[in-house]
Amino acid sequence: MNVNTDIKTYAGFRFITLLCVVILYAPLIVVTIYSFNASDSITTWAGWSLRWYADVFTGPESAKFQQAAINSFSIAIIAATVSTAIATASATAIVRGGKYRLRTPSLALITLPIMVPEIVLAVATLIFFNAIGFTRGYVTILIAHIAFCIPFAYLPIQARMQGIENTYEHAAMDLYATKAQAFKRILLPLMTPGIISGFLLAFIVSLDDFIITNFVKGAGIETLPTAIFGSVKQGLKPNIMAISTMLLSLSVVMVTISYFVSKFDNTK
Amino acid sequence: MAGGAASGGSVASDTYKNARHWLLMPSWLVLGFFVFAPVCVMVIYSFLTKEFRGGVTWEPTLAAYDQFFFDRGLFGDADPTLQWTYIEIFWRSIWQAGLATILSLLIGFPTAYYIATRPANTRALWVFLITIPYWVNLLIRTVSMKFLLRDEGPMNNSLLNIGIISEPLQIINTNLAVQVGLFYSYLPFMVLPIYAAVDRYNFTMSEAASDLYATKWATLRRIVLPAVKPGVIAGCILVFVPSLGAFLAPDLLGGAKNFMIGSLIEEQFKGNAGNWPFGAAASMILLSMVLVLLMVFAHQQRRAGATT
Amino acid sequence: MKRLTTSAMALALLANTAAAEGELVIYHWFEYIPAELLEKFTTETGINVTMDTYDSNEAMLASLKAGGMGTYDVAVPGDYMVEIMTNEGLLDTIADGELANKGNIAAEWANPAFDPGRTHSIPYQWGSTSFSVNTEDYDGDINTTDILFNPPKEISGKINMLDSQGEVLALASLHMGIPQCSNDREQLSALNDMLQEAKTHWASFNSDTAKEVLVSGDVSVGMIYDGFSAKAREDRASIKYAFPTQGYVVWMDNVVLLKDAPNRDSALAFMDFMLEPENIAAVSNYARYGLGVKGAEEFLDPELASLPESNPPATAGAGAFIAVCDEATQAVYDQIWTNLKN
Repeated sequence: MNVNTDIKTYAGFRFITLLCVVILYAPLIVVTIYSFNASDSITTWAGWSLRWYADVFTGPESAKFQQAAINSFSIAIIAATVSTAIATASATAIVRGGKYRLRTPSLALITLPIMVPEIVLAVATLIFFNAIGFTRGYVTILIAHIAFCIPFAYLPIQARMQGIENTYEHAAMDLYATKAQAFKRILLPLMTPGIISGFLLAFIVSLDDFIITNFVKGAGIETLPTAIFGSVKQGLKPNIMAISTMLLSLSVVMVTISYFVSKFDNTK
Repeated sequence: MAGGAASGGSVASDTYKNARHWLLMPSWLVLGFFVFAPVCVMVIYSFLTKEFRGGVTWEPTLAAYDQFFFDRGLFGDADPTLQWTYIEIFWRSIWQAGLATILSLLIGFPTAYYIATRPANTRALWVFLITIPYWVNLLIRTVSMKFLLRDEGPMNNSLLNIGIISEPLQIINTNLAVQVGLFYSYLPFMVLPIYAAVDRYNFTMSEAASDLYATKWATLRRIVLPAVKPGVIAGCILVFVPSLGAFLAPDLLGGAKNFMIGSLIEEQFKGNAGNWPFGAAASMILLSMVLVLLMVFAHQQRRAGATT
Repeated sequence: MKRLTTSAMALALLANTAAAEGELVIYHWFEYIPAELLEKFTTETGINVTMDTYDSNEAMLASLKAGGMGTYDVAVPGDYMVEIMTNEGLLDTIADGELANKGNIAAEWANPAFDPGRTHSIPYQWGSTSFSVNTEDYDGDINTTDILFNPPKEISGKINMLDSQGEVLALASLHMGIPQCSNDREQLSALNDMLQEAKTHWASFNSDTAKEVLVSGDVSVGMIYDGFSAKAREDRASIKYAFPTQGYVVWMDNVVLLKDAPNRDSALAFMDFMLEPENIAAVSNYARYGLGVKGAEEFLDPELASLPESNPPATAGAGAFIAVCDEATQAVYDQIWTNLKN
């Protein structure tokens, strides 16, 4: 009866998907290959070598990149933690707080950093810190990151919380649990995949951020993206390609982790 | 995505309503102080006077907006005519962002659809594949693209070696390079929302259409597309808005010769120009455009009664 | 919990960096000072150095005025920028006797017009700014500013300009034979029109990649500093530095003591260090520029004396320093530059 076999497949879609994957990966793969280039110049290929990876860790610029990496990761961890905590609290209030007038404005405020183009946010923050006389440095970067990570942590948490029926908490409270206990022992554990998703998203967004960090950083403070930008402005050097490959591997690891976390979630 | 957030859960959920103000306070403090207040300060700055060689003096004036819209000649005393330069820059940015969005849609929609219709185990793998580049730093992705496309780079060299072209394709430092850069930067943002929407789509509708002798393409156009429209629109917004304010792609790939809005604003604060009120004014105009666009979208969502 | 220990570690790291003793924060041009020299400074003095970079005098000024004051100790502005910074009150005064090596300054650089008596700065490096041509792509006469502003067809569209207002406008003024701080409306309009037309032949505005785009072949002509061009020539022998008959820009970079420097003593130690002939010679050997300190000849790379980039031919025009204009005139030049960049 079904002469036209599969209603789901369309001619050419598969080709386009493959094209899409090729486009997404081509530059990254090329850079990865060239990161193993034994030659000094990036245009001529001279054989396989690990010298640039060694250079990243021991070369003349290594101290700068190491400090930048330390800054990036420490800021990302702190910012992701704080913003996830704030996001969880806010999500609880918005999803499980009933209807009240402040609800929509709160939601608008929380998603504001995503709605505003990043360059506008960067400029506004720079002007603001300058106007109140807050000297730019590590702390200014951290504050800015916490602020714009909140919506990224918030969205997965809210999505998750909406999917959890409140019957569990009500059942707990029927059994004489206090609201705090219901929150801590029922809702929070059920929320864990969402919270982890939110944390990971906030972490990557903070680690990755360039525009805002570039505007609000202080003298001598670099994060990994700004250090890379400074180096790349003078031309793509092989040690940057090595760093790029390492970051690519890191992202593979992070995506794998989040994948397994979501598989672990068996209430779906 | 935004629509779903607005509806936010059933009304009956008021378990923690007593604590809600305390729970909301941290976000109000942090975001109020470090996002909302800065934007307000920026609005104020756009109405101040530029100090000689950078900085502002606290004298209210419309000079920044005037500079944006009116051309008073090289010496500042000619009769005001409409200043096309900045309008052109905005127009060029809108056009480039729009083109990048359309390109992403043309490639992203089939990709998302294809992935969503794979069997469950391979589907996860595809999503995996699409997501990984997103996690790599945008800067690195842009620079990798630059490395690939340059006149004596791998792409030109391979094409020359194969013999398809006889002279290197001059792509770097042109609008085309910026286009490719924007499209490349934000492509995953188009694929993922559409994928999520198609994932939720009920294929029995397509089956029903097929039973009624509709061709596959007609089904696509008239059944599937309207059903996944929220995802498509979300994807378009997620590509269009960042592309509009981008400055890495025009800077690194476009040769910093043709300003887009992001480059224009960046030049005022980090570059040579040092005109803060003007930069703030340009930012305000950009922000207003984006907010209007989002409000139109939200309004459409409400009217269509869509729940994402 | 695991997250707690990580945060604790992070905070400990923070505290550690804050408590380090002997700090110096330098604001410097990119790719100019060899890393080994900074390491030598740290070994000799125990002072830890952090360095931020900029790619033009104007960008440095903009950044300092945008809240950078009080966070940097020293900067390295060009001659005209020292004057501007003095006028803006951004520089600190060096009292007599604070600099032990002040006597090392060569006589001709000891009393410049932009800093009489050297109360705010010390000489650093000097050189010229013009442009270089990849002679593989063009083999005609390159010693004319027409190459940049009225290029022959084969190089049109393959020209990179420095992203530097002072130098581009100065070269343009030399090309048109008009004074640098002109008030003549006709001259200024003509300058604006000429630049708008020239822009159609340019590929990009970039200072950081000025060397790289020539070496990689992305452009055939690049506006560039003489020392930077010498380094480019080491990677690609066909790159030739031009000395236009119309003239070219000369400059002297200086290390200045910034007002409200957080580590003023470290800053003075650094300036003393840079007045040692051996150390400043290391910079010259790396960056291929001239220096302003006595007794450095024995430490200099012998090649430097015979570099074509530092030896203008007899046909070359005069070298011109960038002039500082008053506010009203500067506003017009700012507008010309804005028209150019947009």
